[in-house]
Amino acid sequence: MLRDITIGQYFPGSSAIHKLDPRMKIVLTLAYIVMLFIASNPIGLLIGILFLVFTYGISKIPPRMILKSLKPVVPIIIFTSVLNMFFIDGTPLVAFWIIKITLEGVTTAVVMSIRIICLIAGTSLLTYTTSPISLTDGIERLCNPLKRFKLPVHELAMMMTIALRFIPTLIEETDKIMSAQKARGADLETGGLMQRARALIPILIPLFVSAFRRADELALAMECRCYRGGEGRSRMKQLKIHSRDIFSGIFVAICIVGVILINVYAPVILPM
Amino acid sequence: MIAIKTEQLTYTYSQGTPFEKTAVDHIDLEIEQGEFVGVIGHTGSGKSTLIQHFNGLLKPSFGRVLINGTDLWAPDTNIRDYRFKVGLVFQYPEYQLFEETVFKDIAFGPTNMGMNPEQIKESVYQACHFVGLKEKYLEKSPFELSGGQKRRVAIAGVLAMNPDILILDEPTAGLDPKGRERILGQIKEYHRARHTTVLLVSHSMEDIAKYARKVLVINQSKVAMYDDVAKVFSRAQEITEMGLSVPQITRVFMQLRERGFDVNESVYTMDYAKQEILRLLAEKGV
Amino acid sequence: MPEILSAKGVTFGYLKEDNELNIVLKNISLSIQEGELVAILGHNGSGKSTIAKHFNAILVPQEGKVTACGIDTKNEEEIYRIRQQVGMVFQNPDNQIVATIVEEDVAFGPENLGIAPAEIRRRVDEALKDVGMYEYKDHAPHQLSGGQKQRIAIAGIIAMRPRCIILDEPTAMLDPKGRREVLTTIRKLNKEHNITVVLITHYMEEAAQCDRVVVMNDGELLFDSTPRDVFSHVQILKEVGLDVPQTTELCHELRRAGINLPDDILTEEECVEALTSLLEGVR
Repeated sequence: MLRDITIGQYFPGSSAIHKLDPRMKIVLTLAYIVMLFIASNPIGLLIGILFLVFTYGISKIPPRMILKSLKPVVPIIIFTSVLNMFFIDGTPLVAFWIIKITLEGVTTAVVMSIRIICLIAGTSLLTYTTSPISLTDGIERLCNPLKRFKLPVHELAMMMTIALRFIPTLIEETDKIMSAQKARGADLETGGLMQRARALIPILIPLFVSAFRRADELALAMECRCYRGGEGRSRMKQLKIHSRDIFSGIFVAICIVGVILINVYAPVILPM
Repeated sequence: MIAIKTEQLTYTYSQGTPFEKTAVDHIDLEIEQGEFVGVIGHTGSGKSTLIQHFNGLLKPSFGRVLINGTDLWAPDTNIRDYRFKVGLVFQYPEYQLFEETVFKDIAFGPTNMGMNPEQIKESVYQACHFVGLKEKYLEKSPFELSGGQKRRVAIAGVLAMNPDILILDEPTAGLDPKGRERILGQIKEYHRARHTTVLLVSHSMEDIAKYARKVLVINQSKVAMYDDVAKVFSRAQEITEMGLSVPQITRVFMQLRERGFDVNESVYTMDYAKQEILRLLAEKGV
Repeated sequence: MPEILSAKGVTFGYLKEDNELNIVLKNISLSIQEGELVAILGHNGSGKSTIAKHFNAILVPQEGKVTACGIDTKNEEEIYRIRQQVGMVFQNPDNQIVATIVEEDVAFGPENLGIAPAEIRRRVDEALKDVGMYEYKDHAPHQLSGGQKQRIAIAGIIAMRPRCIILDEPTAMLDPKGRREVLTTIRKLNKEHNITVVLITHYMEEAAQCDRVVVMNDGELLFDSTPRDVFSHVQILKEVGLDVPQTTELCHELRRAGINLPDDILTEEECVEALTSLLEGVR
């Protein structure tokens, strides 16, 4: 039952997007988010949408995955849309009792919804095309300059890697412990809230005990493999900026410049 | 009486996904009450999946499981009752210990059964007696005990439910020879005293040969053999082809037979082997 | 053959909760030469894992002296040099794999040593080929079997180019197939790469495949000899909670019944031969 949960949403592949340097992908994703929020004109937003169509196209990620990634944010989209529709003043479209829907309200709601949808779809593309490990790697290297401010960048990245490594192991373990306790008659499915919370004790305690034991053994094994923190450590896989990374950077830069030019020359009809 | 019966039992993991895998494939099986069965099969053969059907932890994708004649998944069967009737000891059972004291941990099953305090106490003490756990340990934390002791506490936790059928999945994994012999000896003793049906999953053919009366061989999700120990180990060729083995002593005697000596076709224990050689020598007038 | 590991008069103990002193090693002296394949046998709590942990400076002796590759393990400045040269593989394969991809995990040790990327790449590929796991280099560890994971752990050690590997019950949690895989791998490393191997185990058939068997009991050395010689002491081994191969035991039992058989039968073939000549002798 628990085994069905997939961790991370990585879709292995060999498209140009998959092959991009993770650092570049992270930076470009951030740039894309900025672009979405400076686009204050329908044409600007259209560029944002076309950008998504284009990138999803070359990444070969099935478009239904966009819908899947949007599912959890649907309530947020509805909530912000409703707020915008009802509480922005302007030309009234419909008005009854104290409720008034304005043209401005509707446009803002539509624009905000498009922004959120593009934002989620864009960042999902990052996780769909980048394995958790190279994502961690990319973040670690991007954050390297922060080491100067005594930020434990390497340690945080190592924690992240180990967490990713042990999630499947611990899920499997949870499954086993649950079966073992059920075999002793533990009732996990019925009862009130308190009863159910209590029923978790026989599962959580062994799980914690085992996680601590694993941590202990792993620490020893790491020390035996000469681990002593990030100091003096080299990496087998070096990240290199290829021409495709530079091209994609230029491409995104052009899109952003385009959006800004549209903002300047086309009449601004939307609030930023 | 038939303790465990399966009819066309089939179980498919991740049904309907690309990872679909049939772990148990149309198995028909009848295990008599009071039998001591060794279960063998290599990792991934489906034996672990099969045994988890016997106490209703897994629901068949197809087919039926009957315990003492009752269909586990019939609408009017309370599946939880059968968790207590069929005690299942998982691999490395010590990882399921959680209570503050050994007593409370062993009492977890009996408490879930709804026994009264006197009954609980009696069951716990009896279970401890069977696994050779001294009473002074009962008030200790299970986490303070040694590996072998923890294992015995965990097994006692299942024995305390007084199951009609006891299934153990590699109860001796990771123990040293002394610990192995001790636990298996205690299980045999429990079997003798209670006439419980026992299913013992093990990778050690020597242990199966020593303790079981029948052997169930699972191969590629199906029952390959289910017969007396002697009959199963006499089919060494087939067993080897499945990637399993027969006891070393059996292999020695098969070679002697091939060399033309008149030894029994399946010698699988040390005592038997010794008697066979002595018999041959006596026949030749030594 | 130069000496690679040495323990001289090592005593080690710790205080239990009730303030009672538990002596785990009692004045142990042991010397292991470069290129040897040594098994250390003993029941749980015999001290076999404790002595192993002394050889790569996880533990240091309270009395006596341990040297690894000529370096005193009490010398804290040299601790990483010792650990690079004396690798250690543990019982639970799951709890020694750090990374989410096989090849990244094998690279972990060399990365810690600060080796150049191209060289790490070469060592990782070689190590994975040596343990027969090269085609799995892009897999996630949790998709592998126990025996495969343990081979990955071994590859992670040999990528550091150690002179010696200590394996602390590496097969205890594996099925027979995994046990065979691991044993074949370590024998190959010993024979083809001349890596010294210390195998801690309680499986007698594994010890029988080594060149030398050390038996420990209650913190003391009981035997230190060839497998053939050690296993001839059936009675004593059984008394200290160990097994002997069934073939050895059968011959021992028959000898006790007054039958004339050699006392150093180890393998199946030897047993068949001995019984054949016994039975033919009276034909």
